[in-house]
Amino acid sequence: MTEIRTILATDCGSTTTKAILIEKEPEGFRLKVRGEAPTTVESPFDDVTVGVLNAVREVEELSGKKILSSDNLIITPVNEQGEGVDLYLSTSSAGGGLQMTVAGVVKSMSAESAERAALGAGAIIMDVIAVDDGRKDFQKVERIRQLRPDMILMSGGTDGGTVNHLIEIAEMLVAADPKPRLGQGASLPVIYAGNKEAFPGVKGLLEGRVSLRQVENLRPSLERENLTPAREAIHELFLEHVMQQAPGYGKLSGWVSSGIMSTPNAVGRIMQTIAEQRNITVLGVDIGGATTDVFSVFRDTNGNSIFNRTVSANLGMSYSICNVLTETGEENILRWLPRDVSTADLRNQLRNKMIRPTTIPQRREDLQLEQAVAREALRLAFAHHKSLARGLTGIQQQRTIGDVLNQNATGATLVNMMTLDMIVGSGGVLSHAPRRSQSALMMMDAYEPEGVTLLTVDSIFMMPQLGILSTILPEAATEVFERDCLVYLGSCIAPVGAAKEGDTCISITLDGRTEDIPFGRIKVFPLAKGEQRSCVMQPAKGFDVGAGRGKPVTATVSGGEVGIIVDTRGRPLKIQTDKAEKIQKQKEWLEAMGIPF
Amino acid sequence: MGTAYTPGLKVSEYTRIDKVRRLPLKGEVLVKVGDRVNPSTVVAKTDLPGIMQTIKLAELLGVEPADVSSALQVKVGDRIRKGDMLAKSKGLFGLFKSEVKSTVDGILEVISPQTGHLQIRQPPTPIERDAYVEGTITQVIESEGVTVECYGALVQGIFGVGGERRGAIVIPHSDKEREIQGDDIGSEHKGCLLVGGSSVTGEALEKAVEMGVAGLIVGAIVDKDLIAFMRKYLNDPNYDIGVAIMGHEPIPFSLILTEGFGTISMAKRTFELLRSLEGKECSFNGATQIRAGVIRPEVITPLSTSPRLDSSDGKNDGGALDIGSYIRIIREPNFGGLGRVIELPAELQTVESETKVRVLKARLDDGSEVLVPRANVELIVTN
Repeated sequence: MTEIRTILATDCGSTTTKAILIEKEPEGFRLKVRGEAPTTVESPFDDVTVGVLNAVREVEELSGKKILSSDNLIITPVNEQGEGVDLYLSTSSAGGGLQMTVAGVVKSMSAESAERAALGAGAIIMDVIAVDDGRKDFQKVERIRQLRPDMILMSGGTDGGTVNHLIEIAEMLVAADPKPRLGQGASLPVIYAGNKEAFPGVKGLLEGRVSLRQVENLRPSLERENLTPAREAIHELFLEHVMQQAPGYGKLSGWVSSGIMSTPNAVGRIMQTIAEQRNITVLGVDIGGATTDVFSVFRDTNGNSIFNRTVSANLGMSYSICNVLTETGEENILRWLPRDVSTADLRNQLRNKMIRPTTIPQRREDLQLEQAVAREALRLAFAHHKSLARGLTGIQQQRTIGDVLNQNATGATLVNMMTLDMIVGSGGVLSHAPRRSQSALMMMDAYEPEGVTLLTVDSIFMMPQLGILSTILPEAATEVFERDCLVYLGSCIAPVGAAKEGDTCISITLDGRTEDIPFGRIKVFPLAKGEQRSCVMQPAKGFDVGAGRGKPVTATVSGGEVGIIVDTRGRPLKIQTDKAEKIQKQKEWLEAMGIPF
Repeated sequence: MGTAYTPGLKVSEYTRIDKVRRLPLKGEVLVKVGDRVNPSTVVAKTDLPGIMQTIKLAELLGVEPADVSSALQVKVGDRIRKGDMLAKSKGLFGLFKSEVKSTVDGILEVISPQTGHLQIRQPPTPIERDAYVEGTITQVIESEGVTVECYGALVQGIFGVGGERRGAIVIPHSDKEREIQGDDIGSEHKGCLLVGGSSVTGEALEKAVEMGVAGLIVGAIVDKDLIAFMRKYLNDPNYDIGVAIMGHEPIPFSLILTEGFGTISMAKRTFELLRSLEGKECSFNGATQIRAGVIRPEVITPLSTSPRLDSSDGKNDGGALDIGSYIRIIREPNFGGLGRVIELPAELQTVESETKVRVLKARLDDGSEVLVPRANVELIVTN
């Protein structure tokens, strides 16, 4: 195999197609240029490759390198004239992404495991059907029929356990006669990942009606989840069925050097790599136009690192911007603005963004509004993530079968903000914010980090491309990630607790100087990227920075493009209800972060 | 580099329009290539399979699932009527017999020995697909549908609600800058598509229902007016538009916006085109899907003859921006402004929001010069 020196990677998002060019330099692989163009899965193009070619042409213009042949094909490998690239890869979330319905026997057990498997594979969950979900059979049948997912994941029963409930689910599928979203006349892929002993009966009912594939049981015993085989099957079917039906993807599949990967799947790989290589806990987000994907690596009670990924369909910054409004309400968006905006104006502006999703905010007030919506999209998607990022933590303890069945009580969320080491923000609104401090503040407002947390962003929104590259050429992905992708904003120090505005909150000792910071403020200490300091934090009585209320903590803090940010606004963060006070506080906080308003 | 712009919407005085009329499920195509059709011609039909009803027979008989087969009075494939005997148990020594009768009409499709359930599929629902527009069948998609070729005027909107309808185009008042108000709508507008050069009030929407108006096409609407109307009409106080997948709302007319939300005037060219079509019958659809496979609302007016074919196909040729290109600004500031591109700087520029973007410089029709992100304009191909 020839040495790979030049790599082109694209990510076809629902709104924008991004292309990056990576080349091997004497010091290793480096990002050369980035190009982008509107995604073209819609009329008049109906072909994703048009947007890909437009983005690649921008890369050509900016790099001065010829990549496309005269008949508009990507030249691979590099030819004798030095034209083309050695490797071309692509990820995609355009075309609505991967939309799935999952089914299981018990809602809080096998159905929830199936949901985790599907989310982990980068899917958007349209519905979770369970035998005990409280709906009547005919209602479930109607729902399955209406949904038209890309595929169904069916689970339930431990191996050797219930058979009848699986047969009931299969009967429901027969009754619903579900059709796939894309490709009229195509049969719907159904992955069976339930009790292996029930499979013959399920097969008898479903064979010939759907495209059935069996994988290992994703819940072989009450104590064990085995999600990998189901996730792999989902990925394979995504490539074989869904991608082939989406506009232009058949052509794009012929261009790439390796299969097209779903964007959330690719970003998830990068997040896992960060956590593994640095042995830290990580919370990551990719906020897009249609969906917001949240990734986390936290530790369970046994100290094992657990990776979770959720895809919040319909929480996004363009196509889904009005759904953020619907879910959170007008006041929750307006509370983040440093000026008075009427609800009528808010609604008209968000509607206009929704119907023209590729436009960008030219005025400062429009940018502020979009960043206010982003805070809410991030916050809602994180709440969704917390509700699903919970392991089978209690199962291995000594307990009765009754306790095992009651997982709602035992499977507490793995998300613990006080033990979180790093937040990684990605997606247009975070990566392309004109000032990095705006990204930092959006993440602080949405996630409310506790204790000491390092804030970072994806420099130019290229984690999807690096995610797929990590599967082919991991060293190249790591080199580009460290040098050109991950931008350190700085450590955020946030005491947990509440007090009155201006009351003592925390003393910070940094570089031999001590400063008291009262409650309700944001204070930034400049510290450049790559620099670290030992910081002594003495919280006031009633405040906790990690060691307990009122107990001091000494920690190493990292600098970055913003610096060390001390956030004494309290946890949970409460925003003033009086309009004038609220606007005044927003201005104060923006000023403290050096953000013009 | 001229690719970073939003593709415009079609506004064409005479063009070829291919409408694909597809069934939701495979079925029967009733026309052939070359057939002339009118909007109400049924071109394809199918049966939507009926709902499957589950009868938990073992439970109802009080027997084990494996014993259901011996009690059955019916077999797979049988046509069942409501009240028909499905199964009788033998009971114990002839006592405690039980029997189960069907509660639905349909065909018995499944008898499950594992669960002891019967599944009866209720009768199918027939679905017909009409031609929607006047034209000629140019393609038959076997068992799925057809393509109807139609020549005429086409106006695409940016957003709509309500589904496919037909009616005559009427301009209730000729002042392009005035919104459509309740008083503008009368009984003479029953079954018509009303055109307004500006916006429409919430009160006018209610009057439109009262007078049996078939549709409205306007520049814009204030979001709160639309939502208040929808909440009232649908009797759902929580109704809102989260994700823009529209067209199935059970409202008695269709509403099409050509510009967006707020108080924005309809582009002059669009208004003038619709005014020139006044009195003509058109087909229109408010269906909008701002997602993958985008669908925009439309008004199609079949025309038998035209002085020329608008070869540029309106605003939407997917071409590139160049110096001299005619553009429209589609976001504030200067939303709706028309002008010509006078510069296409290659370097990224910083705009007021401090965002670094690719921009263009345009001279607007009023003579002013503006710097606009390329993503915030649409290309207009002039006739």
